[in-house]
Amino acid sequence: MKSHTRGGARSRKVPLLPVLLVLVALGVITVDAAMDDSPAEPLRGVVGDVFGPVQSGLSSAARPLNAVGEFFTTVPGLRDENAALRAANAQLKAQLDTAGIDADRLAGLEIMRAVTRDAGLDVVAASVVGVGPAQSFSRTVTIDVGTVDGVTLDMTVLNADGLVGRVVRADRSTASVLLLIDADSVVGGRLGSSMELGFLAGNGDLSDQGRLSLTTIDSSVTAAVGDAVVTWGSRNGAPYLSGVPVGSVESVQSSPRDTSTVAIVAPFVDFSSLDQVFVVVGSAPERAATQAEGGLG
Amino acid sequence: MSVLRAAVAGLLVLLAVNLQIGFFSHLTIDGVVPDVALLVVVGAALVRGPEYGAALGFAAGLALDLAPPADHTAGRWALALVITGYVAGLVRNDADRSAVVSVLTVAASAFTATSVFALSGLALGDPGVTTELVIDVLPIAVLYDVALTPLVLPAVAWVMHRVAPMSHRWAYP
Repeated sequence: MKSHTRGGARSRKVPLLPVLLVLVALGVITVDAAMDDSPAEPLRGVVGDVFGPVQSGLSSAARPLNAVGEFFTTVPGLRDENAALRAANAQLKAQLDTAGIDADRLAGLEIMRAVTRDAGLDVVAASVVGVGPAQSFSRTVTIDVGTVDGVTLDMTVLNADGLVGRVVRADRSTASVLLLIDADSVVGGRLGSSMELGFLAGNGDLSDQGRLSLTTIDSSVTAAVGDAVVTWGSRNGAPYLSGVPVGSVESVQSSPRDTSTVAIVAPFVDFSSLDQVFVVVGSAPERAATQAEGGLG
Repeated sequence: MSVLRAAVAGLLVLLAVNLQIGFFSHLTIDGVVPDVALLVVVGAALVRGPEYGAALGFAAGLALDLAPPADHTAGRWALALVITGYVAGLVRNDADRSAVVSVLTVAASAFTATSVFALSGLALGDPGVTTELVIDVLPIAVLYDVALTPLVLPAVAWVMHRVAPMSHRWAYP
């Protein structure tokens, strides 16, 4: 690997190692992109098992700082006010936010408990401990539950407001969730009023501007503004359960050229402040069936 | 000694990646986290040269590719950081050591790494990568990395000098 000598006169030619590493990186990309059963998957599992718990720990240390981040993003609006007022504001805001977290979580938990009891769903509560950076251009989060809690691939993730996304990776103690708003995410949706079906795609924007576009299968159907959209559901409830609230139709854009209409849906969930979420690990009828089978065996 | 050196470098990268995805994900600016791993790679490359920068960049990039919640094709950050680490390492002999050079190198590196990552996404047809989004993200990423440079680079340089005293030392700002 020592292609040139170190020290005084450094050769100007490109040495072997970096070229080799670039080629290896390109190889990894090719293999991971092209193969369904990528060798990167088991590696991701190993790294996830190691990094997951560390992420959970760091996250609980950083959670009180959430308020600081919010402060920075609101600074442009506060510029006119004097420095002392800003500092006091941040301090109060931080206090308020941290005081509110526990109460918020308790309220969320209560709502979810009632909803899931009615629907006969088994859920596990989880906290968001890591958020994929905007530099990665994909909208994923890490949650602090994993296979030991019964979480597996393609499970539905929701919170008290509605659908959050689905599990794309499950490691021992953490799982990765692809958010509904990711540009790569497509969810089957049903219009509440007409029961018409369509596909919801995200626009990748985590902020309040994050919107989903709903393309109905029957192009003659026009969604009404304010109409609620729920999930259509998949076979056996994976990746998505049916009937989970997703959002409401905000506007309808029609293109006269190709006669299709696209409804812009504002999601119920606020993706920029995700904290507590719930993973649906099973439903009551399913559980009864497994128990019956177990009884016979 | 070389085992120890590799272990320390590995730990540094591990710490940086975990800070980036676990800690700084709570301190984002418009969703952009500071590239702590990139700062470590650039810091090490400025001390140890292009080959070392490329090797450490590959390791850090692969860790970013595989650590949850990453969902993109593995190898994309590795590619971006190999190139960045190599180029940052070339600066070592070409310039006097000064805080300005370090900051400029970090800014250029952040721009390069984010761009290479975005371009690899475009080449692979990743629907999340759009020109508007890249234009939004790039300046924030560069500025955030520059803002953290005075905290991270001297620490990395100190560690690098401690584990491997070099014949031609220089005072780091």
